[in-house]
Amino acid sequence: MPRDTSIQSVLIIGSGPIIIGQACEFDYSGTQASRSLREEGIEVTLINSNPATIMTDPVTADHIYLLPLTVESIVQVLEERQIDAVLATMGGQTALNLAIEAGKQGVWEKYNVRLIGVDLDAIELAENREAFREHVVSIGMKVAPSHIANSFLEGKEAAQKIGFPLVIRPSYTLGGTGGGFVHDPAKFDEALRHGLNTSPTHEVLVEKAVLGWKEFELELLRDSNDNVVIICTVENLDPMGIHTGDSITVAPAMTLSDTAYQKMRDDAMQMMRSLGNFAGGCNVQFAQNPETEELIAIEINPRVSRSSALASKATGYPIAKIAAKLAIGYTLDELKNQITQTTSAYFEPTLDYVIVKMPRWNFEKFYGADHSLGLQMKSVGEVMAIGRNFLEALQKACQSQENNRTGLGADKKEWIRTSDILQRLEEVSDDRIYRLKDALRLGVPAKTVRKLTLIDPWFINQIKRLVKMEERLMRYNVAEDIPEDFFRQLKETGYSDAQIAWLLRIGEKEVTRQRKKLNIRRTFKLVDTCAAEFEAQTPYYYSTFDEENESIPTDNKKIIVLGSGPNRIGQGIEFDYCCVHGLMAIKEAGYESIMINCNPETVSTDFDVADKLYFEPVYWEHIEEILELEKPEGVIVQLGGQTALKLAAEFHRRGIKIFGTSFPSMDLAEDRGAFSDLLKELGIPYPDYGVANDTDQALAIANRVTYPVLVRPSYVLGGQRMRIVINDEELERHVLSIFKHLPDNKILVDQFLERAKEAEIDAICDGEDVHIMGIMEHIEPAGIHSGDSSAVLPTYSLSERAIEQMIEYTKQLAFALKIKGLINIQFAIKDDKVYVIEANPRASRTTPFIAKAYKDPYLKIATQVMIGTHKLKDFDITKELEGYAIKVPVFSFNKFPNVDKQLGPEMKSTGEMIRFIPDLQDPFFRELDRNRSMYLTR
Amino acid sequence: MSNVQQTPAVLLLADGTVFHGQAAGKIGTTAGEICFNTGMTGYQEVFTDPSYYGQLLVATNAHIGNYGARHTESESGDIKIARLICKNFNYNKNSRPQADYSIQEYFEREELGGICRVDTRAIVRHIRSKGAMNAIISSEITDLTELQQRLAKVPNMEGLELASQVSTTEAYTMGEEATAEYRIAALDLGIKRNILRNFVARNCFVKVFPAKTSYEELLAFRPDGFFLSNGPGDPAPMDYAIATTKAILNDNHPLFGICLGHQILAQAVDIPTYKMHHGHRGINHPVKNLVTGRCEITSQNHGFGVSPEALAANEDKVEITHLNLNDQTIEGIRVRNHRAFSVQYHPEASPGPHDARYLFDHFVDLMKEAKKETLASEQITNS
Repeated sequence: MPRDTSIQSVLIIGSGPIIIGQACEFDYSGTQASRSLREEGIEVTLINSNPATIMTDPVTADHIYLLPLTVESIVQVLEERQIDAVLATMGGQTALNLAIEAGKQGVWEKYNVRLIGVDLDAIELAENREAFREHVVSIGMKVAPSHIANSFLEGKEAAQKIGFPLVIRPSYTLGGTGGGFVHDPAKFDEALRHGLNTSPTHEVLVEKAVLGWKEFELELLRDSNDNVVIICTVENLDPMGIHTGDSITVAPAMTLSDTAYQKMRDDAMQMMRSLGNFAGGCNVQFAQNPETEELIAIEINPRVSRSSALASKATGYPIAKIAAKLAIGYTLDELKNQITQTTSAYFEPTLDYVIVKMPRWNFEKFYGADHSLGLQMKSVGEVMAIGRNFLEALQKACQSQENNRTGLGADKKEWIRTSDILQRLEEVSDDRIYRLKDALRLGVPAKTVRKLTLIDPWFINQIKRLVKMEERLMRYNVAEDIPEDFFRQLKETGYSDAQIAWLLRIGEKEVTRQRKKLNIRRTFKLVDTCAAEFEAQTPYYYSTFDEENESIPTDNKKIIVLGSGPNRIGQGIEFDYCCVHGLMAIKEAGYESIMINCNPETVSTDFDVADKLYFEPVYWEHIEEILELEKPEGVIVQLGGQTALKLAAEFHRRGIKIFGTSFPSMDLAEDRGAFSDLLKELGIPYPDYGVANDTDQALAIANRVTYPVLVRPSYVLGGQRMRIVINDEELERHVLSIFKHLPDNKILVDQFLERAKEAEIDAICDGEDVHIMGIMEHIEPAGIHSGDSSAVLPTYSLSERAIEQMIEYTKQLAFALKIKGLINIQFAIKDDKVYVIEANPRASRTTPFIAKAYKDPYLKIATQVMIGTHKLKDFDITKELEGYAIKVPVFSFNKFPNVDKQLGPEMKSTGEMIRFIPDLQDPFFRELDRNRSMYLTR
Repeated sequence: MSNVQQTPAVLLLADGTVFHGQAAGKIGTTAGEICFNTGMTGYQEVFTDPSYYGQLLVATNAHIGNYGARHTESESGDIKIARLICKNFNYNKNSRPQADYSIQEYFEREELGGICRVDTRAIVRHIRSKGAMNAIISSEITDLTELQQRLAKVPNMEGLELASQVSTTEAYTMGEEATAEYRIAALDLGIKRNILRNFVARNCFVKVFPAKTSYEELLAFRPDGFFLSNGPGDPAPMDYAIATTKAILNDNHPLFGICLGHQILAQAVDIPTYKMHHGHRGINHPVKNLVTGRCEITSQNHGFGVSPEALAANEDKVEITHLNLNDQTIEGIRVRNHRAFSVQYHPEASPGPHDARYLFDHFVDLMKEAKKETLASEQITNS
């Protein structure tokens, strides 16, 4: 069936602010969907409250509404625009819930809007646990045995029937609250009572725990002609019992025979077909008993999801893009494979590589948080790595994490006490994969590891291969001793030069030198959906150690943009926004744009955003070989947050051109001592401070600058372990805690400006002019991390004089630091005196927010200033904003019940939304402002 | 086992291209036509598929052997490929408790060798652009000149008759004769077990005959339908099977052909076949059923195809029922005014998706129809 021509105008609903479990993958799917519909000549209107998204950019959609995701906002859009249909499957559960709610209120009917790509009954069935179970059983498939209990007695009976281990799931609680596993019958009564009490309806589901069963996910696409294809099969390395968002996952499935896989494929298709009639994407999860290969259905999501974003990046098949086309009536056989451009979109991608997805946790941000992994997702981001074998992909994933690991162990972070390690194998936390290898290294038999972790023996044996190779490697003394073939084997299995160096206790440079001498180099392979069966057109590459290199550099002038790696608190979707715009600006300026990043949730790693994409860890060793191959004019580090910035020193040392602000200038801004000297020289006030190497020094500084003081380690992100302390005792305790967790770190002790106001400026400088993009005043007082503060644009209570001071200081600093590109400066204002707290010589968290609020292409301007093709005076910048825009932080505390929710100098928010208000009488603003006084009285 | 892992191996293509790797399975030297399969599951089913007889198989999936091997998942009595070429060969323990062997043990028992740690992707890209060709693999001879000489003696696949070499020598039956509703005479040109399992599951009693069985001998079994199996080699030189098929058509019996059987049916109605550039081998090939308009993902394994030009010229005689959505090659035909149809792909799957199993039902329906007619005409004659 060809496209439905009655659809001329479509509304896409976004997913709102980033929270744990719903991150920027929906910016990726929404953006793809929008572009896909516009290709068909459809007018696209987008609604989302998240300003850091690409989907809400004029480059993506025709009409953008940065409004709260409420029915009122939907009505406003429908009043203003002629909308034929709404696509609600691209914005996660948030968008679906909103579409359902609007439907219940009769909004769609009233404005004659069709819901496309979704079947509301199907959604309802998939969401309702009990109805879903009954449905699955009715089509002849299995689910885990369970019973509903409304009383303590019924619960006990249910447990008796089902046996241990089991799961208690309270009804109608959010995100698995109050539920959990019960292994020990002695602990059941308490857990049951707790579950019943948590449920508002005093109801729990007692379910058999299929712990240790293998877990698989299938991504499906269906069209209106009922044609179904499986795009990707993902195997969870961590078996049932850990949320799939917190599991290390692998594609393709590593341990499935064809018999077992086809059974799963048949069941998945049957489930999808039995679940209403809709055209679009769908995700089905199964558990498989490894002993009998018996299958049970876990859940079905009839929409695009986090896993479909991963599946798109893993296979190259753009699920959201195709799903959008299916929603407007196309069938799969009418569409082309977007990668080959010659073959059919109706096919199942096949891989000749392995991908590993590894979650990124941020527990250090949540004091008191329970680090154990279970039914509830706790990771804040993820990385994906591609290799020609499982181990290569796994180690690349570790290198992508940016938690100072150089691979899977073989660094100084290994554990050595067997008892501790064994305990950690059973009590699953974020470090299990590392502990698993530690256990094998210490000689714990693979069988025991299997018994404790229930991980498939194939994976355990693979990791054991690493242990054996390391044992062999340690027999050599210097890099020259390593036999060539063995050296090659080490690199093929993903070892970084740093790991090899650590194992031999030699310098990394020595390893790299010898490796290059032996000509053991990375080659680059294409992700093409078809295992090279057909020629592919898309430039999506990964590195490996194999014979043929497929990435042939062009003669064009090129610029490389470094991405920001996995999302985490303090560094998220906003840098993806910056990178995408940077790439577009580079192209527009006539250069070839090249992207390096490893975050599968991002738009910047979509295959048609940059001219060339390297899906690689933002890790020096990998970047180096891309540089050696591509020989770019230079790199841009200002757009990828702290991740990219951290690599600047390495580029500088090797004489690679950094576009925009030079490394010495960036270093000056980052180095607290030198920066303060500069402020002093310029006569700019700053809080008194000192740098301490031990507790005694810290105490001396604190007493000099007088309490309260702000204490923090140097070189961390998002105010990690930053505290305000009020006396010697507190200071001593905190300094010791920093040294314990971050040894070899220096400690900064700052005078804390009590009851001060905080403000920040984002600006662009081209060496001749400084353009102030925006001045934001924080509603919360100084002491709350800027990322957790509500920022009002423009300022609303600061004096003219203070504003002038801030602008003046910004200009002075921009010139003094020789900024070329972006700078963000944070201020504290006390008694009308302006202090500079810090300067960030890069795109900041607020850059996209300002660009959206003022409707100015600031990232494009900044990028073209950096690469020197334009000066600020070449742009005609007019700010369009009536009233004020507020950037409001959003938190995910409900995922961490016991955590300290109090805000402070350490950032805890996971996302943000934008709110436009006409004036200061606005009730939303007044509410925020009232909360300010609450902080002040604390 | 570790000895094998330390033994180098070499792959030499007929055009002189050389790839160096590591030995897998049994040590030795073997030549044949090189081809690639893109499936991510089902290596054992592929290795034992008689259609691969004598071929050097490149498995594009990154890992091979992870779940070992299991008796019940073989598609014939033994391994049919001549040698395996893969990236990562799983020498050691596998994942599956149900497996009877690790893949290394299985290869050693079946005396199959291979080469791993080669750039399979580079090989596929080479075949994709240069086309299918002969090649030789050795884990014992390192002298390229010697390998070159041996390779020169290997015959070309085009014009090569191989079906009779893999066919059963003695006829055998499957299913319950007493209770079965239909009787099928299957001509074994290299039949896969799962085809037979599919017939038996549909209450059929099948007798499998050697490739060169005559029509009269087949008829003596009193079948309700005839089946032409898949198999290796070029269909063009298979006069014997083409003659048998012509006779079946002549008497208008229900007839179903798969893969090589499909090509034989085409030949029997004077539609020629041709050698493809590098064929289709994998479990993700998109096919559109032109009769129903529905699509199916299919399991494929063929290096020859049915001529689309000849079909276009013979539209009145033969109808095209299925097309490949990737390259528009012929995937299925139906002989007009006959109960004969065939597909180029493998509805029995194993390995691969089960989307096309309806074709077995279709064949049963044809037999039912034919039986009814025969019954009716017998009644007319009797009355």
